[in-house]
Amino acid sequence: MSARVGVVTFPGSLDDRDAARAVRLAGGEPVGLWHDDAALGRVDAVFLPGGFSYGDALRCGAIARFSQVMDTVKAAAAQGMPVLGVCNGFQVLCESHLLPGALVRNAHLRYRNRPARLRVETSRTAWTRLYQPGSEVVFPAKHGEGRYVADEAVLDRLEADGRVVFRYLDNPNGSMRDIAGVTNEAGNVVGLMPHPEHAVDELTGPSNDGLGIVASVLAHLTGAADTSGVSR
Amino acid sequence: MARVVVDVMLKSEILDPQGEAVLGALPRLGVNDVSSVRIGKRVEIEFDENAQNVEEQSRVIADQLLANPVIESFSLSIEGS
Repeated sequence: MSARVGVVTFPGSLDDRDAARAVRLAGGEPVGLWHDDAALGRVDAVFLPGGFSYGDALRCGAIARFSQVMDTVKAAAAQGMPVLGVCNGFQVLCESHLLPGALVRNAHLRYRNRPARLRVETSRTAWTRLYQPGSEVVFPAKHGEGRYVADEAVLDRLEADGRVVFRYLDNPNGSMRDIAGVTNEAGNVVGLMPHPEHAVDELTGPSNDGLGIVASVLAHLTGAADTSGVSR
Repeated sequence: MARVVVDVMLKSEILDPQGEAVLGALPRLGVNDVSSVRIGKRVEIEFDENAQNVEEQSRVIADQLLANPVIESFSLSIEGS
């Protein structure tokens, strides 16, 4: 039986359908979760998709943090459940303190939507274990508030602990140290701004590099050894 | 009735591109002697008539929701009580 990946829909989520499609294409079973669900059902992992949860009122992700579903996601993450946040989902994870740092307005103030070239910095997370560290992937980026910031001590700590997961090769938003994605200490929670779920099919995306994200978590869940590099 | 005003500002080390954009527009207004513009938020909160612990509750609101301590700081002022 394939692993069940919960995809949360907040009011204002946009990419939940693409996230579910990516899960399906990679061989998992997507399970829809609603923002005021008090239980996660029997999901094995959770995907927080992009969009504008609660209209991004106050700050991106600030209101979603207090949603019912996030209480359960936080508790599950503490128990080791893999959680991925993409774009608005990444913002929600930072606002929920599941990941360090914050995402603020792009330095040039413009909304940026174009494919982003990224370097996968580590395979030591639940969501990147099938990638070769140092390999390059292309995921679409589309955000106005994607500039990753944290204080220097936090950034140094992330670098030293190998918790920078993705780095931009052409920084599109002014993120500190070109950081596009980070993980928590345990490696089960990952957030990134560019969208792997839009890069699962060459007909509709710039690459299919994103399939490796869900494939990684499926491998993680079945305890498979990370032998085959999905990426180049 | 207590009225609380919370000012939320980006910390000084965080780049404020909105403020920079405003600063950049000032010469076109004929204003040339401004060295910095920072933009924040002002939040006005009105408590119920017989609310207790207004300051404490305001701090919870400001610290846990209105400001993100990673990037922002806040100040409170309580008017009336």
